Amino acid sequence: MVLIGVVIVIVGMVFRINALLVVAVAGYATGLAAGISIVDITAIIGKAFATNRYMSLFILVLPVIGLLERNGLRERAEQFIAGIGTATAGRIMWLYMLIRQITVGLGITIGGHPAFVRPLIAPMAEAAAEKQTHGLSEKIREQVKACAAMADNLANFFGQNLFIAAGGLLLIKGVLEEKGYPIDLFTMVIYAVPTAVAALIIAFARYQLLDRKLNAIGKEGNRHDA
Amino acid sequence: MMLEHVYWICGLFLCVFAVFSLVDTANRKRFGNAAFWLMFAFTFAFGSYLPYAVTGILVVVMTIIGGFGFIGMGNYHERAKAQKVVMSLKYGNRIFMPALIVPIVTILLNKAFSMDALVAFAISAIVALLAAMLMCRETPVDAGQEGRRLLDAIGWAAILSQLLAALGSLFDKAKVGEIIAGFVSAIVPTENTFLCVAAYCCGMMIFTAVMGNAYAAFAVITAGIGAPLVIAHHGGNPAIVGVIGMLSGYCGTLLTPMAANFNIVPAALLELQDKNAVIKAQAPMAAMMIIVNIGLMYFLAF
Repeated sequence: MVLIGVVIVIVGMVFRINALLVVAVAGYATGLAAGISIVDITAIIGKAFATNRYMSLFILVLPVIGLLERNGLRERAEQFIAGIGTATAGRIMWLYMLIRQITVGLGITIGGHPAFVRPLIAPMAEAAAEKQTHGLSEKIREQVKACAAMADNLANFFGQNLFIAAGGLLLIKGVLEEKGYPIDLFTMVIYAVPTAVAALIIAFARYQLLDRKLNAIGKEGNRHDA
Repeated sequence: MMLEHVYWICGLFLCVFAVFSLVDTANRKRFGNAAFWLMFAFTFAFGSYLPYAVTGILVVVMTIIGGFGFIGMGNYHERAKAQKVVMSLKYGNRIFMPALIVPIVTILLNKAFSMDALVAFAISAIVALLAAMLMCRETPVDAGQEGRRLLDAIGWAAILSQLLAALGSLFDKAKVGEIIAGFVSAIVPTENTFLCVAAYCCGMMIFTAVMGNAYAAFAVITAGIGAPLVIAHHGGNPAIVGVIGMLSGYCGTLLTPMAANFNIVPAALLELQDKNAVIKAQAPMAAMMIIVNIGLMYFLAF
């Protein structure tokens, strides 16, 4: 019966109902199913919310990041990335992933699909792929664009826990300390490194393969021309 | 300086954001924003002194304000794009320096002065803010407006982690984890460390894919598998198990249309014919990364 909360979370998320509402309803349902009074449930929520305030300390960096953006942080990053002089689509996307992973590890969200991938990375990768293949088929063009979106996601997901006040790390700390395990944030940052590096290495191989495929198409095209 | 003082500062920041929100007539929902950030400020500054039930009521009211869409975006007196380009040419790569102060000063204070990591982080954030204000000759008002812009963009999701922690706490009281652990031990031979690790990592991946949210999955799966089996039963290091468990969840995020912002919206932005093209590109990466994570947890956490 107490599993009602788990069911509510799954159903709520699947039907894309606002996550705050889903979680709050799931909490009350679980508590009631376990025979806890509404007043006590509210107090348990209040206690956990207060105890876990540190999860939201990222608020402290928002003014500085905002001020830097006001003074051209994003624009400088754009110039920086546009200045990457490499010739192949795979290299461009991998280098973007590397830069994105480093910055997200510093707690900065420059990057993202609307701000960087769409206006900058995807067109750069497409242009390079065009040169590599001497004429890009629609199917390959789609694949290159999808790989550009992938670079952002991989860097974001596997890089974000390198930042000491990352929401994910603080949630881990909160959940496990609630269960009586003291957690050191730096330990988690250090043990997030191998996964971050593995993602970079595997992505490097993946983008290398894409480049090879693009170059092969280019060579084949030349042969047909001759 | 202690964590409590850090909470007061954070409460002060939120209070400033609330006041700016209140006078932001460009935002049709300004009263919602102001109320939401003010209540959040209140729980931050006084959370240690208020009766827990009072904080709980504030959380419920915030959930209603945020959950039913009573907060929105306003006017933050941003600079025009052209002006920002001029600034970026003026400062060059120096603009990254204040951002670098945060991790460097945090590590320094933590390691050299053995200060609490979160307190160290808070101090470095303030130092970086002062550095940015000096370097760019900006006022505290600009800093407040810019901070509020970023926080409003996050919106109600800003309190989601804390609310999930509260859900985790209720799951604990209701012994939800033990029941799920019971199910898992019916399927997985729990005496085998490797299989427990694999079950936890795969469970994180699958639940994240289903829910579209690794944080929500973490509260459930860690209560059910991670804590009772991997940590308590087999003696895994909690910090290592936790962080690699979360990273396994992100493998699920790569695989799911439920995480629309990451997978479906970009496909639309890039005008892809196949709206699942990004997921298809990511699937082999996710498969390899989950294997890597299982291996890392098995070899590093024990």
